[in-house]
Amino acid sequence: MTDSQTPSGAGAATDEAPVTATAAANAPSAQATGGRSFLPKSTLLRHLLVLVVCAVGAVILLESTSPFRNSQFATLSYYAIAAGGLTLLTGLNGQISLGHGALMAVGAYTTALMLDVERGEDPLPLPLILLLAALAATVVGAIVGVAAARLHGPYLAGATLALAVGLPGLAIYFHDTFGGEQGMTVRAPRAPEWFTSFIDTVSGNPASGTKWLAYVGVVCLLITYFFLANLVRSRIGRTWRAVRDQDVAAELAGINLGTWRVLAFTVSACAAGLAGGVLAIVVRLAAPSGFTLVLSLSLLTAIVLGGLGSLLGALLGSALLVFLPPFVTDLGTEWGLNSTEAAQLAPFVYGVVLVAAMLFAPAGFVGTIRMRWLTMRAKRAMAASAGSTSRG
Amino acid sequence: MGPLAQPPPHPGSQPHEHRTPTSRLELSGISVAFGGVTALSDVSLTVEPGQVHGLIGPNGAGKTTLFNVACGLVRPSAGTITWRGEQLRRLQPSKLTRLGIARTLQGVGLFPGLTVLENVMVGAHRHAKAGFFSALVALPASDADERRLRERAGAALAELGAEGYAGRYPGSLPYPVQKRVALARALVAEPDLLLLDEPASGLSEDEMHELGDLIRSVCTRMSVLLVEHHMDLVMRVCDRITVLDSGKQIAAGTPAEVQADPAVTEAYLGDDVDVEADAAALTGHPTRTDGGRTHG
Repeated sequence: MTDSQTPSGAGAATDEAPVTATAAANAPSAQATGGRSFLPKSTLLRHLLVLVVCAVGAVILLESTSPFRNSQFATLSYYAIAAGGLTLLTGLNGQISLGHGALMAVGAYTTALMLDVERGEDPLPLPLILLLAALAATVVGAIVGVAAARLHGPYLAGATLALAVGLPGLAIYFHDTFGGEQGMTVRAPRAPEWFTSFIDTVSGNPASGTKWLAYVGVVCLLITYFFLANLVRSRIGRTWRAVRDQDVAAELAGINLGTWRVLAFTVSACAAGLAGGVLAIVVRLAAPSGFTLVLSLSLLTAIVLGGLGSLLGALLGSALLVFLPPFVTDLGTEWGLNSTEAAQLAPFVYGVVLVAAMLFAPAGFVGTIRMRWLTMRAKRAMAASAGSTSRG
Repeated sequence: MGPLAQPPPHPGSQPHEHRTPTSRLELSGISVAFGGVTALSDVSLTVEPGQVHGLIGPNGAGKTTLFNVACGLVRPSAGTITWRGEQLRRLQPSKLTRLGIARTLQGVGLFPGLTVLENVMVGAHRHAKAGFFSALVALPASDADERRLRERAGAALAELGAEGYAGRYPGSLPYPVQKRVALARALVAEPDLLLLDEPASGLSEDEMHELGDLIRSVCTRMSVLLVEHHMDLVMRVCDRITVLDSGKQIAAGTPAEVQADPAVTEAYLGDDVDVEADAAALTGHPTRTDGGRTHG
């Protein structure tokens, strides 16, 4: 019996870490490791606690930074919402999508159409509009997902690539409704009264339109991540990972592969739609040029850099995507480059970071840190048990 | 001594009631052709409730094909599959567990990105009650469901003496332990019929012995169809054996009957070897308990 209780041998230090890089950033679903925790046992309470802490953190962050930073956080929020959905699809379920930019376009155009009302008329309430944007993308995502569930690897990439290239073309084709190449200007909704008084009591900062949009983005981000985190840590997330890892074995366990793949695609599309809605009101424009393949690829690089399958990773990857280029550009101008050269430096540095990450941390930020941590914990446990045997 | 030999530990906490198996699997007149090549022709076998049925034969005899027919991965070109008195047609692999059939894969087929406990929890999929929306909003029902699945999985791991590995990832475990986890994953579904595809491959003699004890202990709850080429294991645990050679059924019966059948000896040994010595190896095992390996 002893051999099953005390794992030993040379490889023991890394035994507790997952072997594959894909799985490195996936924390096991709720308490599946049986580890101790000071957080509440109930998933709902635990996630609500984290949500409240993050909300307070976000208010502090947004109130202590400049309006320019506020607008960057608004940008971050829509990237992170879409990346969160994508990391669930690609990281947890193993389906690649190059078409998430197009799904964001569905959300953005829905929002633009809903806000495009005659002067004097009131548009629908903003939460409802964003919900409809998410819903529209969910429907499109479900349809695409049904097709995608039968495809794998490069074929799936090809099919979703067609979506990324084709769907914005629809906006040009139906230019009377969607405004063609120029796109639709979005009349961003004004900040309501209660928001102005809220900001006034919290910090006394002026409650500008930018600030309102940053808050809208961050609130959407927190709500999305709350729901996604619930799914990731539940049976749903575990089943997705099982389908990703070994489809034959999953099927024999009674899992209908198609259903679960479509479900993942649909959930992911819903997040992309909401991200598109937020993008539309933050950028104040829904145009085909905003939803090119580059957007879809940026989302993919963000989740890979952050650590596939991890929501925190998706957030960090998106942050890199949003904050690194301006940072590098500023650095370039400081070093005496002219503005064009400085702007060209940013994509180069991003590329270098991407290559370096793939070389030295293929599991992404979160995956690498998690593997290190598990290894360290295992080593400490081994040292402790070695200590006790030598004493005894 | 490995942990497999232990009896199921805490009978009180085991989620499964003590059921007497009543379901029968009948394959009759099964033929399978892969693009003109006949893999199986007119094979029939019946797995009686609560019995361990062995399926043996030389390499390429069609054991795995028949096995795949039984679980719907391969559709036969002729013949019928009857399970619990009803004919099975167009069987989707994912519907198997709902019908009370579980199978293990040749090799291991564990999910590398899931911990051992999670792997087994996936096996309990058909016992999950909470749906998508209760998971989405993390309702207490979802937590309660997870707890139930975790307990089931824990009990299954304990039955196989693998509970110490619950938090580990399968890739870091020795092969025999992985096999135990895979078996736990099949058992946690609480099937009425367990299909085991070469469960002993890669196991040492001792571990194989423990596996035999385990199979005998689970057949009080379910029927077992076993594909295996380790003759000593098959002879020791099976109630009935079907022997295939080149897609045809050449013998069927109790282990003693099969061993006595000259067609079996011939199929296994051919003509150009020392028939007597190898036949002794084939028949010498049922009473052995020292676990020594004699055939080679």
